[in-house]
Amino acid sequence: MENSIDLLNALALISNYVLIPSLSYGSQLALGAVGVTLVFGILRFANFAHGELMAFGCMATIFFTWWFQSMGITHSFFPTALLAMPFAVLLTVLLVAVIDRSVFRFYRRNKSRPVTFVVASVGVMFMLNGLVRILVGTDEIIFRDGQKFLIKAGAFKKMTGLSEGLALKQTQVLTVVLAIIAVFLLFWFLQRTRTGKAMRAFSDNEDLALLSGINPERVVMVTWIVAASLATLAGVLYGLDKSFKPIVYFHLLLPIFASAIVGGIGQPVGAIIGGYIVAFSEITATYAFKKFITYLAPDNFAPEGLGQLLSTEYKFAVSFIILVIVLLVRPTGILRGRVL
Amino acid sequence: MNYLSGEYLTGGYGGADIIRDCNIFVDKGEIAVVVGPNGAGKSTAMKALLGMLNLHKGHVFLDGQDISGMSPQQRVSQGMAFVPQNQNVFVTMTVQENLEMGAYLRRDNITETMNQVFELFPVLKEKRKQIAGELSGGQRQQVAVGRALMTRPSVLMLDEPTAGVSPIVMDELFDRIIEVKRTGIAILMVEQNARQALNIADRGFVLVTGENRFTDTGEALLANEEVRKSFLGG
Amino acid sequence: MNNKNRVVLSFSIMALLLLTVGYGQSWNVALAIFNMCLISAVMSMGLNMQWGYAGLFNAGVMASTAIGGLTAVLVSYSPVMKAWSAGGTPLTAAFTALLITIAFGLLVWKKIKKGFFRSLCMTAVVLTGYVFMRIYYDEATLAIEAIEPAKTGFLGGLGLPIIFSWIAGGLAAAGLAWIVGRISLGLRSDYFAIATLGISEIMISILKNEDWLSRGVKNVTGLDRPVPYEVDLQQSEWFINLVTRFHGTADDGSPVSADILRETIQLSAGVFVKICYSGLFLAVVLIILWFATRALNSPWGRMMRAIRDNETAASAMGKDVTSRHRQVFIIGSAVIGIAGAMLTTLDGQFTPGSYIPLRFTFLIWVMVIIGGSGNNLGAIIGAFITWFVWIEAEPASLWLVSHVNVLLAETNPLRVHLQEVAPHIRMVLMGLILVLVLRFTPKGILPEKAPEHY
Ligand SMILES: Nc1ncnc2c1ncn2[C@@H]1O[C@H](COP(=O)(O)OP(=O)(O)OP(=O)(O)O)[C@@H](O)[C@H]1O
Ligand SMILES: [Mg+2]
Repeated sequence: MENSIDLLNALALISNYVLIPSLSYGSQLALGAVGVTLVFGILRFANFAHGELMAFGCMATIFFTWWFQSMGITHSFFPTALLAMPFAVLLTVLLVAVIDRSVFRFYRRNKSRPVTFVVASVGVMFMLNGLVRILVGTDEIIFRDGQKFLIKAGAFKKMTGLSEGLALKQTQVLTVVLAIIAVFLLFWFLQRTRTGKAMRAFSDNEDLALLSGINPERVVMVTWIVAASLATLAGVLYGLDKSFKPIVYFHLLLPIFASAIVGGIGQPVGAIIGGYIVAFSEITATYAFKKFITYLAPDNFAPEGLGQLLSTEYKFAVSFIILVIVLLVRPTGILRGRVL
Repeated sequence: MNYLSGEYLTGGYGGADIIRDCNIFVDKGEIAVVVGPNGAGKSTAMKALLGMLNLHKGHVFLDGQDISGMSPQQRVSQGMAFVPQNQNVFVTMTVQENLEMGAYLRRDNITETMNQVFELFPVLKEKRKQIAGELSGGQRQQVAVGRALMTRPSVLMLDEPTAGVSPIVMDELFDRIIEVKRTGIAILMVEQNARQALNIADRGFVLVTGENRFTDTGEALLANEEVRKSFLGG
Repeated sequence: MNNKNRVVLSFSIMALLLLTVGYGQSWNVALAIFNMCLISAVMSMGLNMQWGYAGLFNAGVMASTAIGGLTAVLVSYSPVMKAWSAGGTPLTAAFTALLITIAFGLLVWKKIKKGFFRSLCMTAVVLTGYVFMRIYYDEATLAIEAIEPAKTGFLGGLGLPIIFSWIAGGLAAAGLAWIVGRISLGLRSDYFAIATLGISEIMISILKNEDWLSRGVKNVTGLDRPVPYEVDLQQSEWFINLVTRFHGTADDGSPVSADILRETIQLSAGVFVKICYSGLFLAVVLIILWFATRALNSPWGRMMRAIRDNETAASAMGKDVTSRHRQVFIIGSAVIGIAGAMLTTLDGQFTPGSYIPLRFTFLIWVMVIIGGSGNNLGAIIGAFITWFVWIEAEPASLWLVSHVNVLLAETNPLRVHLQEVAPHIRMVLMGLILVLVLRFTPKGILPEKAPEHY
């Protein structure tokens, strides 16, 4: 009896601190990584500005949210940001269209080397970075409203009689649900629609796509639209879940790239798997398992240290180690994407 | 005036000119074959006709119209179809999707054309749900030709369609190509198997170091002593 | 305009700009900018070797800078003996455990055939090694960090003159680059970029968190200096005499008042110290420039560029592209490491929290690109211009904002906001410059000399 309760406690603990956060963080990474991988598949370069694009999308959502709130449009249950997001998506798509027209299209026409695109994307990164900070400042912004918890830790304890609480934030559930919807729509689009198939064809074999009469500019534009929409969604979900801080989006770049590479560059499904792998590894490696072990170990045993593989500050190392392992073991990534 | 003709085509990939004053032409309902040693510029000449090359000189005419200024996609929409020598299928897509992509520019119902392709290459119907990258070399070539036919082209250009396929499959493929020709399509084909190709050709071009060496009917080229000795292995 | 004229013209304009700042703002400011320009020039010469000579996209420039900075601390700070006696033994034990683990790992890798069993053994070795390392390491760090945490709490350094760290920093950065190169070279440029970005993030995490090594975010201040201190100068006879000789008399010939003289001495001390630094930095810049130019024009440099321009052709001709890339990556990183040590020397302190990729990696990229990839003088002028704009954009945008703000009421929130965000205008400006240069003069201000064939 005692044992089984300990087991349940351990389970609640691990769900609360590892499983649920990994799922929602993984969804956020996955959405970002799909954007990166699509751009890579179609435009053939690693877009260093993707993190800042997420920041921009989130910022736009914040402005619309504030505007709606000031007009009294809110919902008691859902965050206002959900209503604001479609408008922010439009704005972000518009921005990306302008950027592509003014920056990237030129190099496409010139058939420049991929690395030229990367350098250009660094320029775009600088501009977006400055733009976001000029518009919204550098402070942390909490723009979530509506209900905060679906399950509160205290209520869970009372309900189950366990000593470990399990809290489920509304944003976590929203993240996972919205991610699933977005991914479902994306795959429907890529597998079933004419334009989606044309995108896959273009990513597969550019010359042959041209010979089939596929218009490259159109494919590129659609790719940017999809990538920008997903970036906004990812940025907003991350911002809702934690809080909005412009600087963190740059640092998300590494785990996002890692996700895309793990999954196989140019492979949307791979990017999603990669997102969850990276998130799960990161959170597991930096979680202190002391309490967990205490529950599961025989009575009166407690591990000496924190039982933590890496301190939280080293979460970048996790992405990097995953990158290196993929490189050594399977350079194409899980789903056999392009070899870099 | 021939249906498709390239006149005095001169150009390359940025460095030295690969083809010089090349003349290639074909009429509807006719098979024209380009032969020549490796590196002669055969593929390059095909690309020149399709507008995938910057030409210094020369013009391309289609149905009497000068199309030299058009982009490859515009030429495709004008009825030209091309099967490249390498990487001529979408390896990550199914056979059926490959065919659909071939018909990308068409807005009408494509099922009829697809059925015609399946009639021509029954294997493809069987494997329609399979990923093209997992097909055998010969099957892949069929997908490639099928994809090109999906536009209902008036000119079909094939770059070594029989590369890497067994002699039996090659004969079959040639039979199919003759069938296609009978529907009134102009066929321009680069071939490594020169003898067999010239056998079915109405017209032949022998290209050496980017220039026309011989231009004649298929029959005449086969009969020509010099051509036989230098290019057909005796 | 030929290249020589371009060089003369661009450097003259730069000199003019700095002189303008000197007259207009102050000589202290102008010299401060000049010194940072020199350090930036070293960084951008290093990156130019990697990118301009060899076409490597190194997105981890900051890692070299930071390790150079750390070396400055480790070389110059006096050793903290108490910390060594408290934590030295377990730290040595942890290090030994690391070495043993690596040795066993290599043994497993070499002796056992590839397959499941090898992976299993490898995992076992790594995990066991990790546990031992952690036990000793945790003990060591706890002991070390407990020694006067407010003042030291770390092992300190060797207590040598800081100028040695410029060489040591280069070597340390070279060592790091060797490891990074082993892992990530030989892949496509994008992957290399991402891998190096990762390394630099990890490097900064280490510096921020390994307090026993670098004091982490508590910073190391009061580093040794290779030049005199201002306070000492202000007291010393010869300096006061020097200043009096130049500024001792007013325009009409009468001696100036003591107050004004004191002020002048204070200002001059600042200027004098900065000029000392300038001299040292300039020497480094010139030495590196000399080597870099020779290397570029040697057969080695020509081969490097041949590889850059056509990797496939070069490797088809039997050139070992990856090991050439490794060479140039290591050399370039060493140069950046030297700059990192110089930077920490100039600052007189080591602040891990101040390392951010935008400033220490991508800004250097802007320098190289706008200066002219592949041209060493270009890298230098690029560094000067970029740094100048980077610094002067801030007062300029504040000035701009203040003019807009005149139109707004004192309490207008927009006014407050504009005031706050004005510094970020320079980010946009940098991006804009980079994009415009890349588009309209992709060869930069001073284009590479040899004709490029594509
Ligand atoms: N994309 C390219 N860029 C630069 N040079 C090329 C390119 N493609 C082909 N060449 C060069 O052009 C010349 C002719 O090539 P082409 O492919 O036209 O020959 P081919 O007659 O088709 O030969 P094969 O029978 O082997 O297919 C060759 O010397 C080749 O090296
Ligand atoms: Mg060919």
